[in-house]
Amino acid sequence: MIRERYLNLALLAALLAVPVLAQVQGAPFTITLATKIAIFALAAVGLNLALGLGGLVSFGHAAFFGVGGYVIGILASHARNYEPFLTWPVEVAGTTQMLVLWPLAVLVAALVAAAIGALSLRTSGIFFIMITLAFAQMLYYFAVSWPTYGGEDGLPFYLRGDFPGLNTMDPISFFGLCYALLLVALWLFHRLHRARFGLALEGARQNPERVQALGIRPFQVRLLAFILSGAITGLAGALYADLNRFVSPAMLGWQTSGELIVLIILGGVGRLCGPVAGAGLFFLLEHWLGGLSEFWQFWFGLILLCVVLFARGGLIGALAKDQTHD
Amino acid sequence: MTEPILEARGLCKTFGALVASDAVSLDLRNREIHALIGPNGAGKSTLIKQLSGDLRPDSGQVLFDGHDVTALHVAGRARLGLARSFQVSSVASEFTVLQNVLLALVGRERGAFGLFRRVLSDTRLTEPARGHIARAGLAGRERDRAADLSHGERRRLEIAMALAQAPRVFLLDEPMAGLGLEGSGEMTALLDALRHEAPILLVEHDMDAVFALADRISVMAGGRLIATGTVDEIRADPEVRRAYLGEAVS
Repeated sequence: MIRERYLNLALLAALLAVPVLAQVQGAPFTITLATKIAIFALAAVGLNLALGLGGLVSFGHAAFFGVGGYVIGILASHARNYEPFLTWPVEVAGTTQMLVLWPLAVLVAALVAAAIGALSLRTSGIFFIMITLAFAQMLYYFAVSWPTYGGEDGLPFYLRGDFPGLNTMDPISFFGLCYALLLVALWLFHRLHRARFGLALEGARQNPERVQALGIRPFQVRLLAFILSGAITGLAGALYADLNRFVSPAMLGWQTSGELIVLIILGGVGRLCGPVAGAGLFFLLEHWLGGLSEFWQFWFGLILLCVVLFARGGLIGALAKDQTHD
Repeated sequence: MTEPILEARGLCKTFGALVASDAVSLDLRNREIHALIGPNGAGKSTLIKQLSGDLRPDSGQVLFDGHDVTALHVAGRARLGLARSFQVSSVASEFTVLQNVLLALVGRERGAFGLFRRVLSDTRLTEPARGHIARAGLAGRERDRAADLSHGERRRLEIAMALAQAPRVFLLDEPMAGLGLEGSGEMTALLDALRHEAPILLVEHDMDAVFALADRISVMAGGRLIATGTVDEIRADPEVRRAYLGEAVS
């Protein structure tokens, strides 16, 4: 058993070292795989804030992931076609500047999370799971049936956004951006966890009645957590759209929501680097098992079952000493 | 005579055909321990819940320090200084003792939205928290998880949390329940010292504790308040004897 802090550092170092080595050896596919892991880890860090700390089992985080993606897709395609995004009341052009697109994706995802959260957080337990799912599916069907931006076929936009001083089409550069944003999100998660807000949020998960009697309204704390959570997942969606240079309704589908939950359970619910461990394990298994057997999902399901049954703290919980609160 | 800090005026609450509160009026004055007694089902818990904000009365008012708080939610009343312990002790069980008390301090300073303001390394919170823990008799247990505490220790933790709220009123719902003889003796001593902090409305079945602590006693039966008075007056009241006390007095 090792300290969680060292395990986290090792995980993050590995996630950085593998694509760098791949770059040296000229294996772009490995870099893309690492990028995908970093992006999904980022999305799951967002969900971990709501699910891990707040106990809010959102089965609708695909909504934020997809919305972040569509912000990129829509504005980038406008920019590439030289068509303004809005002509009235003011003319707004599309853009391919990541430094503009990222904050926009975060903002739009946060707004969607505020709306969904304000309604969903009035319920709890299984109802919360179902209502978040329902909202995400609404957005999914909306995207499917909106022909302007590709409808069911999705929306390709051919080139990644621009970042000052970087060629984003170079896999290792794009990986660097995703990795840096993952680190920022992990730092944010850590700070929130250790802050008064984190204490209130975790308190509200364990005993909302008591928290209320101490003068803290669980609903408000949870809503803020849900918005921050959606915003982070939205940023991940933006990166994922850029990785593929394509957005489709699949990003909004319930499978995506489920995948994010699985990542967290695999890695360790509420653990700082649980999403990183989970995403790493998930996509490596998908890759390896997919190469071994056509029925890889069956074996994958078995492994997931074992984690849930025998390693309640996920991968991090199994490898690291129980964290003490000091 | 001092102004009451907490006052119920003509509270009525019915659940279907059951009248749980029938025009109950009650007040709590500074520096006193006011015990609320009565047989099970007398409506004590319903009354407490209306005072704490968990239940809205059908009619009547709750006044806190002269202000009408009848429409105010639980958290709002807590921020005014209404500290409570629950009938079944209620703490955040995955948290340590220290974290539980810190949670109470965060509630008091309205700091729940401090996104980047650290907790455990902030001595402005941890120092007073350790003080409250020590006062409640849990010194040295700061880093133990609440789930690992004994029943009596969890009761003490609730008192420490209540102290951390900078209370102006304590609402304590059966703090002696399940403590055993020795435990309730210690708790009685602890509560006796608390009355200087803030007045206590004490719901309790343990008559020894009630008679030892209370300045005034109110007796409920069938949703009505049948008597309020000093310990001696209540002991002597024939209606109270009939309704409730029975042999406990003799």
